[in-house]
Amino acid sequence: MIREPVLTAENISKQVISPEGGLTILSNVSLSVDPGESVAIVGASGAGKSTLLALLAGLDLPSEGTIFLNGANLTELSEDGRAQVRADSVGFVFQSFHLVPSLNALENVMLPLELAGRKTPRQAASEVLRRVGLSDRWSHYPAQLSGGEKQRVAIGRAFATEPAVLFADEPTGNLDSRTGETIMDLMFEMNRNSSTTLLLVTHDKSLAARCDRVIGLDAGRLVSDTRAAA
Amino acid sequence: MNSFSYALRTFGRELRSGEVIVLLAAVALAVAALTAVGFLTDRISRAVARQANEVLAADLRLRSPAPVPEDWRAAANRYGLQTAETQTFPSVLFAGDESVLATIKAVSSTYPLRGRVRISENLFGEQREVDVVPERGKVWADGAILARLGIDIGDKVSVGESELTVDAVLTYRPDQSIGFASLAPSLLVNIDDIPATNLINEGSRVAYALLVAGDPSDVDAFYEDVEEILPEEVRVRNQEDSSERATNAADRAQRFLSLTAVISLLLSAVAIAMSARRFAHRRMDTVALMKSLGATQGFVVSAASLQLVLLGILGVALGSAIGFGVERGITTMLADLFASDLPDPGMAPVILASGSALVLLIGFALPSLIQLRNTPPLRVLRHDAMPPAPSRVLVVGIAFAAVALLLYRAINDALMLLIVLGGMAVVSLLLYGTGRLLVAALGRSRSGVGIAWRYGLANIARRGRDSAVQIVAFGLGLTVLLLLTFVRTDLLAGWQKTLDEDAPNHFLINIQREERDSIAEIFRDGGIEVPEFVPMVRARMSMINGVSVKEREYPVEDGEWMANREQNLTWAARLSDTNEIVDGEWWPEDYSGPPLVSLEEEAAMELGVELGDRLEFLVAGQQIELTVASTRKVNWDSFKPNFFMVLSPGALDGYPATFVASLKIADEKSDALLQLVRAHPTVSVIDIDVILQQVTSIIDKASLAVQAVFVFTLAAGIAVLFAAVQSTIDERRYESAMLRALGVKRRTVLSGVITEFAALGFAAGLLACIGASVLAFVVAVQLFDLEYEFNPMLWAAGLAGGVLLVCTSGYIAARGAINAPPVEVLRAT
Repeated sequence: MIREPVLTAENISKQVISPEGGLTILSNVSLSVDPGESVAIVGASGAGKSTLLALLAGLDLPSEGTIFLNGANLTELSEDGRAQVRADSVGFVFQSFHLVPSLNALENVMLPLELAGRKTPRQAASEVLRRVGLSDRWSHYPAQLSGGEKQRVAIGRAFATEPAVLFADEPTGNLDSRTGETIMDLMFEMNRNSSTTLLLVTHDKSLAARCDRVIGLDAGRLVSDTRAAA
Repeated sequence: MNSFSYALRTFGRELRSGEVIVLLAAVALAVAALTAVGFLTDRISRAVARQANEVLAADLRLRSPAPVPEDWRAAANRYGLQTAETQTFPSVLFAGDESVLATIKAVSSTYPLRGRVRISENLFGEQREVDVVPERGKVWADGAILARLGIDIGDKVSVGESELTVDAVLTYRPDQSIGFASLAPSLLVNIDDIPATNLINEGSRVAYALLVAGDPSDVDAFYEDVEEILPEEVRVRNQEDSSERATNAADRAQRFLSLTAVISLLLSAVAIAMSARRFAHRRMDTVALMKSLGATQGFVVSAASLQLVLLGILGVALGSAIGFGVERGITTMLADLFASDLPDPGMAPVILASGSALVLLIGFALPSLIQLRNTPPLRVLRHDAMPPAPSRVLVVGIAFAAVALLLYRAINDALMLLIVLGGMAVVSLLLYGTGRLLVAALGRSRSGVGIAWRYGLANIARRGRDSAVQIVAFGLGLTVLLLLTFVRTDLLAGWQKTLDEDAPNHFLINIQREERDSIAEIFRDGGIEVPEFVPMVRARMSMINGVSVKEREYPVEDGEWMANREQNLTWAARLSDTNEIVDGEWWPEDYSGPPLVSLEEEAAMELGVELGDRLEFLVAGQQIELTVASTRKVNWDSFKPNFFMVLSPGALDGYPATFVASLKIADEKSDALLQLVRAHPTVSVIDIDVILQQVTSIIDKASLAVQAVFVFTLAAGIAVLFAAVQSTIDERRYESAMLRALGVKRRTVLSGVITEFAALGFAAGLLACIGASVLAFVVAVQLFDLEYEFNPMLWAAGLAGGVLLVCTSGYIAARGAINAPPVEVLRAT
């Protein structure tokens, strides 16, 4: 049986206008990702990793090419339309956590559930917090949490809606290596349990090695695409 | 989840984080300034409106310098109208050794026809309305009379030759004047007690009045009927005239105060705009995050708008409370300036102020919100991803529309609005230009100073636009405060300096011809130089060059008043040493030709009269014709009896004259005065020192009240500074951390910041000193004809105040950034 890919990019390019003139950040990248796959995007600084992630998640639009996310053509949707797709099918984990400072841990996890219009968001969020091991800290505000705890909340928030695709941008970049290790364990465990597709941008080779597939970028071009031996 | 519940959920937390405090304060300040002024003007205009209806104590009042003839009353009775009579005149009251100048108000039993008199049983006691007048032998006295005489209810007071018992404290009568009641406190007396006092004789300055009330058409018919027979000097007033005058005065006060409030409002608007920009900027990250999590543009905008509205509501509540408190304070302070009781304020000012603040909030914060809406979700990954800046036309347009809307409400006149807006634009540009110049000068002065200074001055120059705005905002507030504190006292002092040391401090009026010798003797016995008794005859002008004064056209509006007022004429053989002929010639001492008159130059100008013109007067029912022989310049400040019109000797022979005199009486010789008023109870003694003190105290209190309103202007200036500092706080935090990480001491960073604010404060102070001095000069020279003297204290206070104020507020606003541990700051970025 041929599985329908959850994410497809066809010949996408991204140019920006800079003071020095036009600048090509991504050029002619095509890829497709199957449901449940875990994919690492690696490359040197400025290779275009984050730009690719932003385009695939619909945070930005490509200059050329088309992107399908969970059946929706992102390049044809309005900003609010793309927001709706993200609410339904996407979760994010960021390097700098990006929690809403004026909401407590539980409320931060509830946020995507509520934005997607899910029922009983409070119970669902409590359950997620239990799974990331922060049941007793639900009422803490981000400022009262350590870096590792913040990232746990962020992971909880990302998985709360059981999204089709989870995007992670250097999720361990702001953590010490031991905490980073634990966080990644948690992320892969959640990924397995919820059969979510995982797409992460990283510098960390050992982290990339834990993924099913590693895509290499260099100067805006896709230079390698290797699958781990099954 | 809807945006409302999200906004509510995060609002409390936002508030606690202190991020929105400046925005909140700016809104609260705008509302406080507006409500305080609104409450105050509302109170004043309500008091005025109420009094305008009662101010006559009747529907129609006929006032005459002669007793009311029987046929007027008969005419009123014919129309079935109610009538009452009053006699009003000044007199000195005695109790023991104490004396006080009072307004005697003698009333008939039906007084008042409109409104009600209120009395109380003891000073400051509870008052009650009464429908009667004092019984014979009893009086109701204003509290000030009791206080100054040191007597109480039940004690006796000497009124002329009678001893009357004080029966109650008079707290209110409908026809009392609106303000300044304390200058001549009134004594309400039964009209039948007056003959026995012997206070009224020929030439006494008594205002007789017939009060009439009843059905409006009957009143009109009565008036038409008696109009024919009324002599020239009778003044008729009805409700319309009096309410028009009263409301005009109230309108003017309201406009002035409203404009002062508008200044605070505009400064608050600047603070609101600055902190709203910051409000939006801080939210960009959250908005980007929310969008990445699937929130729509509508959601993020409505959530932010809702928070802004919540903030607005909170600011409005806070501001109204402050405004109400301030108004209470001002009213208490001015309690004895206004009539006994002001009606309680209505809620209208709160509603208006809240509306205005919300208009400001929307006008100045909307562009930032629109920008927020367009925040790209990409910002979660790339922090430099910014929404496109809102169009300048849109920003300025919305803000301008908001200001115009508010101003229109305050000014209520389209042309005036255009003028004010134009003026404001010009003044703002001028001030802003000056601010930029000061900033440039400060920036240039930074070579050759230490690192801390250089750092501070560089900060000012780098944020040139914001620095200029801060200088102007502070400068404006300081200017007004300087004007009100220093310039006011300077002007008073300057004026007092023009007064001669030997300037008279007492006026004697209403001296009869035959009393002069006896009074001279009292002064001689008391060791006081006998003053000159200047004759005075009351008259009315009837014609100028054969044209009735009522029909004549006058070059200026005041001319009509000058021609129709009751004139005090005098005659003299020699020119007074406080007068100087400017045109024509003074008559010879032994002149005995046809009657001539010398006019005060401004009176001549107002009347449009030249040398050789003929003036006709009615004196005690007789016509006399005078030829203008000269015009004079009069030094009114001399406190000597001076007249607009001085006649040649003999011109007024045979007419009833009273005499006035002015003299300097040292405190230790004041016994003579007591003796004088006892022996001559109909002579009125006016103590100028006391009046001067009262005037000064009134001016002090009134300007204190105005200052209270202007403190809002200064507070708004502080809000602008806080907003400005807050908008740069991240930058400051980072810079401070960087410098300290590079090994610069915290002290040095601190001195840099202090230098920055000190320089800003200095520039603001400089602007304020220049502004206040220029205004003071204009006021002194143009308005008061005084020489302007440079006051070093104004400059000292302006500059020191500016530096101190801005330094303190700036330090408080910025200290968080200076004190944050560098490692924390640098790691977070």
